[in-house]
Amino acid sequence: MSDLLNLTRRHFLEKAALGLGGLALSSFDLGAGSKSLSEIKTHFAPRAKRVIYLCQSGGPSQLEMFDYKPALQKYHTQELPDSVRKGKRVTDFTAKASKPMTKSFVDFKQYGQSGTWISDLLPHISGIVDDICVVKSMHTDAINHDPALTFFQTGSQLTGRPSIGSWLSYGLGSLNDNLPTFSVLLSKGSGRTDGAQPLQSRLWGNGFLESLHQGVQYRSGKDPVLYLNNPDGITHSNRREVLDHLQLLNQKYLEKEGNAEVYSRMAQYEMAYRMQTSVPETMDLSKEPDYIFDMYGPESRIPGTYAANCLMARRLAERDVRFIQLYHQGWDQHNDLPDHLSKQCKDIDQPSAALIKDLKMRGLLEDTLVIWGGEFGRTNYCQGKLTDTNYGRDHHPYCFSMWMAGGGIKPGLSYGETDEVGYNVVNNPVHVHDFQATLLHLLGMDHERFTFKHQGRRFRLTDVHGHVIKDIVS
Amino acid sequence: MKYNYGKNAITCLCCILLLYGCAPKPSNKYLGVLPEVIDFNFHIKPILSDRCFACHGPDEGSQKAELRLDIPEGAYASLGENQDHKAIVPGSLRKSHAYLRMISEDPAFLMPPPDSNLALSSKEIAMISKWIEQGAAYKPHWAFIQPEKRGLPKVENTDWSQNGIDNFILDKLETLEVKTASKSSKEKLLRRLSFDLTGLPPSPAAIDAFLDDQSNQSYEKIVDQLLDSDAYGERMATEWMDLARYAETNGYHHDFERNMWPWRDWVIKSFNKNMGYDQFVTWQLAGDLLPDPNYEQLLATAFNRNNRTTQECGSLDEEFRVSYVIDRTNTFGKAFLGLTVECAQCHDHKYDPISQKEYYQLSAFFNQVPEKGVTKSFEGQPEPYLELPEEQMTKIQDYVNNQITSEYKGGSEQDIAGKYKSNWKDEMGALYEPVMIMKDLDTVRPTYILDRGIYDSHGEKVSQGTPESILAFENEYERNRLGLAKWLFNPENPLTARVAVNRYWQLIFGRGLVDTPDDFGNQGAFPSHPELLDWLAVEFMESGWDMKNLIKLMVTSATYQQVSKTDTHELEFDPENRWLGRGTQQRLTAEMIRDQSLEISGLLNNKIGGPSVKPFQPEGLWTQVSSGGRYKRKYMNAHGEDLYRRSLYTYWKRIQPPPAMVIFDAGRRNLCTVKRQSTNTPLQALVLLNDPQYLSASQALAQRMIEKGGDNSKDRITYAFRWATSRKPAIDEISILENLLQKEEAEFEAFPERAKSFVDSKNAQGMNTLELASYTVVANAIINLSESLQKN
Repeated sequence: MSDLLNLTRRHFLEKAALGLGGLALSSFDLGAGSKSLSEIKTHFAPRAKRVIYLCQSGGPSQLEMFDYKPALQKYHTQELPDSVRKGKRVTDFTAKASKPMTKSFVDFKQYGQSGTWISDLLPHISGIVDDICVVKSMHTDAINHDPALTFFQTGSQLTGRPSIGSWLSYGLGSLNDNLPTFSVLLSKGSGRTDGAQPLQSRLWGNGFLESLHQGVQYRSGKDPVLYLNNPDGITHSNRREVLDHLQLLNQKYLEKEGNAEVYSRMAQYEMAYRMQTSVPETMDLSKEPDYIFDMYGPESRIPGTYAANCLMARRLAERDVRFIQLYHQGWDQHNDLPDHLSKQCKDIDQPSAALIKDLKMRGLLEDTLVIWGGEFGRTNYCQGKLTDTNYGRDHHPYCFSMWMAGGGIKPGLSYGETDEVGYNVVNNPVHVHDFQATLLHLLGMDHERFTFKHQGRRFRLTDVHGHVIKDIVS
Repeated sequence: MKYNYGKNAITCLCCILLLYGCAPKPSNKYLGVLPEVIDFNFHIKPILSDRCFACHGPDEGSQKAELRLDIPEGAYASLGENQDHKAIVPGSLRKSHAYLRMISEDPAFLMPPPDSNLALSSKEIAMISKWIEQGAAYKPHWAFIQPEKRGLPKVENTDWSQNGIDNFILDKLETLEVKTASKSSKEKLLRRLSFDLTGLPPSPAAIDAFLDDQSNQSYEKIVDQLLDSDAYGERMATEWMDLARYAETNGYHHDFERNMWPWRDWVIKSFNKNMGYDQFVTWQLAGDLLPDPNYEQLLATAFNRNNRTTQECGSLDEEFRVSYVIDRTNTFGKAFLGLTVECAQCHDHKYDPISQKEYYQLSAFFNQVPEKGVTKSFEGQPEPYLELPEEQMTKIQDYVNNQITSEYKGGSEQDIAGKYKSNWKDEMGALYEPVMIMKDLDTVRPTYILDRGIYDSHGEKVSQGTPESILAFENEYERNRLGLAKWLFNPENPLTARVAVNRYWQLIFGRGLVDTPDDFGNQGAFPSHPELLDWLAVEFMESGWDMKNLIKLMVTSATYQQVSKTDTHELEFDPENRWLGRGTQQRLTAEMIRDQSLEISGLLNNKIGGPSVKPFQPEGLWTQVSSGGRYKRKYMNAHGEDLYRRSLYTYWKRIQPPPAMVIFDAGRRNLCTVKRQSTNTPLQALVLLNDPQYLSASQALAQRMIEKGGDNSKDRITYAFRWATSRKPAIDEISILENLLQKEEAEFEAFPERAKSFVDSKNAQGMNTLELASYTVVANAIINLSESLQKN
């Protein structure tokens, strides 16, 4: 009997590998139906094969991290002039309130050969400035978290479009036979815990693309992917036994009914089985040497932290997962900014820098695009009470900073410029759609030709906008 | 299409000369392939709409060269400064400049322009050329012409037909020279029917009764029985909840709770009472505007308050209020007109005759609600709302008491009160809140065209109105939502009945006669059987919009009752079963898969309605996306029977919907959805193999096998197999499962501690653990069979 089972299984896998039976394409590709590397049709040669997107949810303050504005010391406490604001809309928080311009509580220094300005809150990032490109002239259309984050992740403020990772899973397929193409990791910030910005699982949703392209969330704890573990008492070999019998019965059903979907389903059961080994193996940090943990910082030993997720991101990149999306919460400093922002920076500083060094050390940075940034920035004026030691900043869509590294990005560059008080972009603006167009460009895709037809319309990640920022491409 | 003769005169002239000289016709390659007679709607418009209308279509704002190709007056008109050429001259390729430019080799002259990435294939060009040669006849868009009920087509095989549907299907099949499939076995048929009408599998007893009933009416009898069951309303309501974007939470930001389930219960009840579709929809659109509206009529309007709302501090009130109006307008368009009206939000529709002005006229109906765009957290449900009557409050109190006492069994009253306050208060408190409903302001709120769809870029002021090209808005109609409902159900409205009938066809046959149920416009699919769609639409209206009658007509057709088995040849000819020469093979929906596992294991709790429940889901899913403090939400698993309610009662939190449902392609309920995906993913395998919900169902099924299935393994396997697939297993299938059982028995015997930890002992008292464990593995395998996940 068991010989028979093996034979059938082999038979099935061979068939599956030949792509018979119309197997569905998927982000969970296995041999059959998957787009092998040679088949993937990029529009031009890609610079990056994979992406690690370190998304900072809540709106990190550029004025205390990357965009050095010494002039604010001069204007500190002065009301934001209308000549600067130019009637642009602000949130309901501060619409009617006074808007005293507010200096940063921390100092900045120049680092590296590039002389990039970085604040004292980021001692480790300051050590990698020659490997990254800081874009100081980002701007966006949205002014509140939910629409703004949705805009960054999907190219539209409206709900229902696919996330960037889903687009890439759809367009480029998988590089890996054992792990989902679009992987998601979440962490909470230590800066603002009460009332921090919530996340929506639709942010890593597939929108109108097939659900095979949705992000799969990795979790700390015993079930690293939902429902991954066999129940207590069921071993891996036991599961194999069940699958073999199941496939045998499915095979009979297939012969009787001619249901093409059965092939696809059988293949997905095999992928699930492989994930049961590959995911825990990927998530298992126990074989990482101490010096690696030391690089990423002490928090990297605590599962579910941003630091541990950065280390996980490197492991996923090593295994050729196409799109690795991290979300770190807690960047919404409406009040108590000095205290809360310091904590947030501590969360991300060492691990983010370590990730870049680690990727570089392994030769992975070259074809891995790393992105760090939030959905908007923060105002140059104070929200709430401004005291000598304390203040807050409101949401600011008209300028903010991000940084990128690897995967064809020009290293050691500070790009774009804001005005002397840090309210508007004055040089080389980069809109969210430009950022998305550039990202796709680095992956070999022309954002204007990369479309999906849905409800009679050809949708793009960049809607009908966006320009590739060639200046930041090496 | 810009005729810039100044610059390109010479190139153009050369091109044209070249074309005159050479054959202006495309290659003969497609001569045998192209249809004899080219039909504008069927063959040409899909091409023109997709490649040309964006610049030469109904959107005035983006029209190039003052050329419209969507209407004959535009296509045949003289163009250019000298009015000396035309885009299309019927019968003449060499005078049709549109054609000349499609075949041009000069990139500056070529249409569509190379940088549009919309190139025409040579076959498409051949099709267009043949159409021009045949006279370039235009036809109005099929969906905007009132449906007509023509006589039933004559068919050769007159014995096959059970009702009118079959004549249309057979007529087409005979033309295509495709044979119909034989009638499905009674077992398979009952499985399909039972899922389609109730969302649940038939019990073995029901199968036996059906098999035993040899009368001619046996099938019709069971159809009536199922249509009369309460489960019918639940099945229909499940689909309606997707369309109505029903959820328990607000969807934006902190995703606070709302209390809309009384509306959901009204929907179930209305389906079960077989309320006419016209009344059903009218109440939901405008129940509050009926004379002296009663409680149910007001409650029905909660339909239009199911949209997402925000409590995000700092958000701009008007921005969000407008977004709710937009959501209702788009939902109306998609659900009832089957049109992508939302495309006209920023500019005139690029493919369909809906101007931006008409879009905002339509939105004006929904712009009259005295509501806020941003409400404060913890301030109660946003107005307008409807207080719940006494009897509903009792239901809620029972529910809450039940939850709390089972959660804190054994604790002191003080303990319970304390824990309730810290864990449940905000969430449970919402259950006592009133239901959000619709209402109109006393004085009309002005509506404006919004430039590029931006909420505060007011353009021209508009008043309530509907798209002219669909049907005029009669003067006698009230200029409010009630008038809108009357316009919708005017028998001359070409869309309403077609769109509804098509959606129910999709529900029963797996795909609509129009495969784009949300787009009956120019970019949508052409109906596979246009005459059938019209016949059904008129039939539906004539029956008084009788839903059960419509569904019955579909399921009693011979078309529906065919076997779904296919061979390679059939698959190649019609892979999607568009022509319905066989029965449909469909994967069960998320709800059906879970409900089936509960039903066959005997766990299902058949209770109808009430507040939504929280069956098991993995820990930490809510907390990881929510914030801390009073914004924190923690999922508390239900207890006892509430774990086993039908899936339409599962609590739907929008920012983190129940994973086991979403993994099986349930909609996310953010926006109106009329078509779900049906995919296969490894995550689905993991759910069915490892989700404790499916494991407890497997164990309960195993217990049933042992207790009720008979004395030996063959009988027991047969018992469970039959529950899960609605048929008896063949001998070789039994032996495969017996082989698995033996392997499991040997394994658990060798490692008895594994059996112990595998089995949930609480629910296995008095059972032999080794036996139960082995059977549970087998039962789980049966639940995982491909056949168990299908209705064929």
